[in-house]
Amino acid sequence: MKLKSILVSLGLLAGASFVQADDPLKVGFVYVGPVGDLGWSYEHDRGRKGIEEYFGDKVKTTYVENVPEGADAERVITQLAKAGNDLIFTTSFGFMNPTVKVAKRFPNVKFEHATGYKLSKNLGTYVLRTYEGRYVSGVAAGMMTKTNTIGYIGSFPIPEVIRDINAAYMGAKSVNPDVKMKIVWANTWYDPGKETDAANALMDQGVDVMLQHTDSPAPLIAAEKRGLRAIGQASDQSKFAPNAHIFSVRDDWAPYYIKRVQAVMDGTWDSKDFWGGFHEDMLSLASINPNLPAAVRTKIDETYSAIKSGEFKPFTGPIKDNKGNIAVPANHSLTDVELAQVNWYVEGITDEIPR
Amino acid sequence: MDSDLIVQILFAAVKTGTPLLFIALGEVICEKSGILNLGQEGMMLMGAVVGFLAAYGTGSAGLGVLAAMIMGCIMSLIFAVLVLHLGANQVATGLALTIFGTGLSAFIGSGVVGQTIQGFQPIAIPLLSDIPFIGRILFSHDILVYTSFAMTFILMFVVYKTRIGLTLTAVGENPHAANAIGIKVLRVRYLAVMFGGVMAGISGAYMSLVYTPMWVENMTAGRGWIALALVVFASWRIGRIMLGAYLFGVASIMHLVLQGLGWSISPNLLAMLPYVATVIVMVIISADKFKEKLLAPRSLGKTFDPRQMA
Repeated sequence: MKLKSILVSLGLLAGASFVQADDPLKVGFVYVGPVGDLGWSYEHDRGRKGIEEYFGDKVKTTYVENVPEGADAERVITQLAKAGNDLIFTTSFGFMNPTVKVAKRFPNVKFEHATGYKLSKNLGTYVLRTYEGRYVSGVAAGMMTKTNTIGYIGSFPIPEVIRDINAAYMGAKSVNPDVKMKIVWANTWYDPGKETDAANALMDQGVDVMLQHTDSPAPLIAAEKRGLRAIGQASDQSKFAPNAHIFSVRDDWAPYYIKRVQAVMDGTWDSKDFWGGFHEDMLSLASINPNLPAAVRTKIDETYSAIKSGEFKPFTGPIKDNKGNIAVPANHSLTDVELAQVNWYVEGITDEIPR
Repeated sequence: MDSDLIVQILFAAVKTGTPLLFIALGEVICEKSGILNLGQEGMMLMGAVVGFLAAYGTGSAGLGVLAAMIMGCIMSLIFAVLVLHLGANQVATGLALTIFGTGLSAFIGSGVVGQTIQGFQPIAIPLLSDIPFIGRILFSHDILVYTSFAMTFILMFVVYKTRIGLTLTAVGENPHAANAIGIKVLRVRYLAVMFGGVMAGISGAYMSLVYTPMWVENMTAGRGWIALALVVFASWRIGRIMLGAYLFGVASIMHLVLQGLGWSISPNLLAMLPYVATVIVMVIISADKFKEKLLAPRSLGKTFDPRQMA
């Protein structure tokens, strides 16, 4: 008996596990960072807890945290599939190819990959319209900056991050035509020390509002120390920087996760490319700082409502890229498929995307 | 590039290099006694979390550092007992210590995730900090940075100029000979390992009290491993460890600063430099005739049992 349980846990009894009618539905999660990052992975884990709360005994969830993007990810996803999970969420862009591979080998397991664009019969994708939050962030940053220079820490130059940089810049530009943006790539999703270094490097160069697409609250702490401003990402990060904090763009995955688990239970799950944002309440502005000037607060609320209602879409043409080509023609808003392939900077960003 | 920017880069490089300097100084003493402790990352994380907990609980960053030192020491004692007393494999035990420390620190720190504290404030040293360039780069930091300077010079003196240093080197080079002339090999090694633990603890405290004054899981992000590489890079010389730590600091800061200035240089390339240097040094070391010159302690990683003959 003991040996068997060991073998199962090693994943050696692949296929030996089968789901009985009253067995709980097993749901697996793969996280790129630690659940305690207080950012991206923390929010996914809140989503996972949301499922447990909602379904109780009817589900059994497992997660693996700190999974590097690459060969290791494939091993971890395979293990989760072998361990009898019925539905597996892989929650970082870099898990895309490993998930595609594993999904092919386990046709009876359902997979969902966050922020990617590759679909198959048993593999769906789900994307958060983080660019909506970034656009509002840009508006706030553009109004709050005194040096007309806002800083942006990027993780990796993938469409999701590039899209958000564009959205932030367009938001800032819409309220402050003179604004400049300095971009630094940290080449990591999570390294508080390095994120601090990057924030300090930017603030040394005249940046006075920090935005970041990395997962720890370190840049906010760095901004707080210098009496400058910063915007939280993924999670409510206000307590790290009571004065510096403008607001946090908070992710909320639970509504989506609950819907998808329900679909598997009902047998109605199908592979699709899902996008959610302000409108679906999967994205919200958390802890807007009361110390903001009233005009800024009003503008934030207005922009938020316009995007939430669908009245305004940030990627609506005409938009030129920074090489002078038309990136989005007039009277056109980028479709979800097009949004997933943004690999250009908008006009006005003076940097090059690292290749 | 103007001089102001260079000063900023070097100032930041010293800050970035400091945790590496602390932990690598501890590890080099440990390795000089012939013991390879791969548990650096685990000890550092435990130091970081306990330091943070203590500072958070008492409101005193100084007590935080003290608690981190004690915690690092306890962690290293676990390692020392297994390796020195029970003769366990050093590599395996060290790895286990890292895994243990990573998990345990996440567990005991989960309650304070998201709390903030007042860490150490920078203290500009009077007079010295007024020196142009150097003053800003070296003498306007916090107390832990100054401690790391002092520690480097104290260790250089102790290891190269005193009897204690000779004893340590003898134990690392040839434990059997050292044993034969009456040196208590295991005792020396115990002390060296514990010193490594204390330094790893301070290094962790630097991360959670100064660098980013907060606790989040796995916040050291591999610095314990970099320190191990640094020791090899420095070919077990203390002065070079300081140099290596700051070089690493410069390399990791440079690529962030240059990007901010809009230089189109691949960030990956610059981020890679310290590792490339380490690989090159390792290759040189593995060619045997250089080994003696590079001062790798000859008994490094080997188990010593005083009851056995050489």
